[in-house]
Amino acid sequence: MSAPALSARGLQKSFGSLVVARDIELALPVGARYALIGPNGAGKTTLINLMTGILAPNAGQILLGDEDITALMPQERVQRGIARTFQINTLFPGLNALEAVTLAVAERRGLTRRFWQNVADNKEAIDEAHDILVKLQLDDCCYQPTRELPYGRQRLLEIALALATRPKVLLLDEPAAGVPQDESADIFEAVAGLSRDLALLFVEHDMHVVFRFASHIIVMVAGAMYTEGSPAEVAAHPGVRDVYLGTRKHG
Amino acid sequence: MALTQNLQSPQLYLQSLSRWRPAEIAFWLATLLPFVLAPNYLSLASQIAIAALFALSLDLILGYAGIVSLGHAAFFGIGAYSAGLISRFGWGEPLTGLLLSTLAAGLVGYATSFIIARFRHLALIMLTLGFGLLLAELANSAGWLTGGIDGLQGIHTWRLLGLFNFGLFGTTAYAYALAVLFFVFLGTRRLIHSPFGLALRGIRENWVRMSAIGAPNRAHIRTIYTIAAALAGIAGALLAQTTETVSLDSLGFERSAEVLVMLVLGGAGRLYGGLVGATIFMVARDQFSGIAPEYWYFWIGILLIFVVILLPNGVLGGLPNLIARWRRP
Amino acid sequence: MLSPVVGVLFDGFAYGMLLFLLSVGQSVTLGLMNFINLAHCAFAMLGGYVTVTLVNGHGWPFFAALPCAFIVSAVTSIGFERALYRRLYRASDLDQVLLTIGITFTAVAVAAYIFTTAQQPLQLPSYLRQSVEVLGLRLAIYRLILIAISLIITCVLVAALEHTRFGAQIRAAVDNERMARGLGIDVDRTFAITFALGSGLAGLGGGLAIEIVGLDPSFAFTYLVYVLIVVSVGGLGSIRGTFAAAAVLGISDIAGKYYVPQLGAFLIYLVMISLLMWRPTGLFGRR
Repeated sequence: MSAPALSARGLQKSFGSLVVARDIELALPVGARYALIGPNGAGKTTLINLMTGILAPNAGQILLGDEDITALMPQERVQRGIARTFQINTLFPGLNALEAVTLAVAERRGLTRRFWQNVADNKEAIDEAHDILVKLQLDDCCYQPTRELPYGRQRLLEIALALATRPKVLLLDEPAAGVPQDESADIFEAVAGLSRDLALLFVEHDMHVVFRFASHIIVMVAGAMYTEGSPAEVAAHPGVRDVYLGTRKHG
Repeated sequence: MALTQNLQSPQLYLQSLSRWRPAEIAFWLATLLPFVLAPNYLSLASQIAIAALFALSLDLILGYAGIVSLGHAAFFGIGAYSAGLISRFGWGEPLTGLLLSTLAAGLVGYATSFIIARFRHLALIMLTLGFGLLLAELANSAGWLTGGIDGLQGIHTWRLLGLFNFGLFGTTAYAYALAVLFFVFLGTRRLIHSPFGLALRGIRENWVRMSAIGAPNRAHIRTIYTIAAALAGIAGALLAQTTETVSLDSLGFERSAEVLVMLVLGGAGRLYGGLVGATIFMVARDQFSGIAPEYWYFWIGILLIFVVILLPNGVLGGLPNLIARWRRP
Repeated sequence: MLSPVVGVLFDGFAYGMLLFLLSVGQSVTLGLMNFINLAHCAFAMLGGYVTVTLVNGHGWPFFAALPCAFIVSAVTSIGFERALYRRLYRASDLDQVLLTIGITFTAVAVAAYIFTTAQQPLQLPSYLRQSVEVLGLRLAIYRLILIAISLIITCVLVAALEHTRFGAQIRAAVDNERMARGLGIDVDRTFAITFALGSGLAGLGGGLAIEIVGLDPSFAFTYLVYVLIVVSVGGLGSIRGTFAAAAVLGISDIAGKYYVPQLGAFLIYLVMISLLMWRPTGLFGRR
């Protein structure tokens, strides 16, 4: 059996006496479609921050494939193939979508060391960026500054930027959060269209989305893994209902 | 169904962002006017060109990478003292002196960039301020080298290209300073429109996002800080060579604050902001030079408050009819 | 042998206490909202000039003029906060730097216009200029009073921070601004009040400083640098940190000038840079 695309072993993280991650064990196989759910404050975003290197764990290991990436900086992890989107839009307000995605592609291709050549001369990088934008149906607005884009388009741009890094593992933090109903379909289409080579872990509150896309669900409560299993198993689990599924769906 | 774009368009669009605009050509042609219209003011004109170059160097780190530096004059001073010392020790050839001074400033910039790149916000501002003050103190104490309060004496600049004497009218000085400014500007313009320039804007726009797309932020900052230091050094060296004097105020906090004011006045992050701001500032200072320093600082203070509250993007950002056509380079 | 060392320590500590009064407001407001206020020492300078005007010009007793310095600086700062600072709470570092430098330039120019650039000597009653014999050491009465005032104020501040509701609000907002707002704490108002108090204390410090370091318009920038050093080294939002940093820096500066005068201010900058590199958020800082 080949190594999982992403795995975490015994991850611990606390801020003083506040424990936000407790002995986390996770294995994300290649091509996975995993959902991470749990009540607010369960530590889902913290887990993503630990995996991507924004937070350093107090104990434990993170492996990308066979490689131990626990000590690597966030940008080094991205270079090795793990990308994420942010729950709150973290974009380049003054750049337009084309520039932003081209930048991400250029960084990956090591083009940003070049300061003598015009950006526009890098046809392959620009075309690659444009293709990603077309795929996510952002090409008609890609010349507008990001700050002028509607919220749903910005969420799609989050995904576009992550895809531009050609990740092997993609962590989506509430991709449809705050997106109005009529625009959220675009986001789900984008998620559905993602390559089967990509291992996907997404944090979601909307159970319809979770049951539609996930082949496996992980439930987190108070910084620890509560249970995991197939959608059917998790839906039937009595504890999960009490802890989480009983609450109202977030809009 | 989404509008499908011609595959050529993205590239052409990006190319169009870096095309020379008529206003730019007009600007550079206008810089030649002083030779014809104001031949008595050529030494002021060369001072303006030098200040513009200094402001341009600050724009690279402030306007494009977002580093607030209160000590950029350190590199200006290093360039000035290097050029002065080289000349004092017998070698007054301007172009090679310029090159060596640039190297000196660039090296110090490179060394400090390792520290600078590790910090942000207040700690960064304090570090830049601290380095500037430290260097000024050092220069003050090392009077045997720098001449202390009296400044560096005995600088003599040889003929430019072996042909042109730096005479009293300042014609050679202005031509020299302007030419250097123009060539440096061309290089800077290319840099801004390069993939590296795009990365700098990314750092300014969102540091966290840059890390999240795999960008080596600190390495980028080290690079641009070194370049900005070298360019500030060029400006300082030009000052030393054209005025044949160097004094402690080339390194002081006042000079760091002044260049910041010039840049912000014109508008940071717009390439021409520093040039425009420097021109306005230096002309104003010349016009009001009879007034006591207290009044001068009073108006600078009011100006800063005004710019921050009402014109956050400086003169270039505020002119409404230019905004639409003047995309941020 | 021992006496000069103790003398240096005493003078250094007194100087440090002065720096503390000047810096504590800046530390807390920076810790609260990361608002970079480079005009802080302009308020201190204002307090100094108020004291000089009342004591020299109107014959007020020194200890009656000091509370006035506090009040005038505090009230003036409220005016500035309402009119200008309030708009920039969420602005960039650069904008805050520029606005407050602008205010300082203007203040310095106004001070130079009204009072000229000459040093302002203060007409103090003679007993304040004398020394007193304590355990075989001659200690200046003025410095003793300065230390006493600062220590009392420190205790009041610490007690207020720990035991009052407002103090708890400040501590919460320094610790986690977003969370504090989420709990319903009006951080903007907390900042405004703290800012007024801090500026008032700076004004008081300015009044007390005249006898120790003199007063002229350049005060606003010269001591700004020291305040920023104290605040960065001590840690934002920490009264303890400000106290420790001010004491250390005060003693280092006096000791440096006494023992190695040719190094001048050089030493302080080096100490600051080294400490910041080791601990970017300051010795007691949180962020």
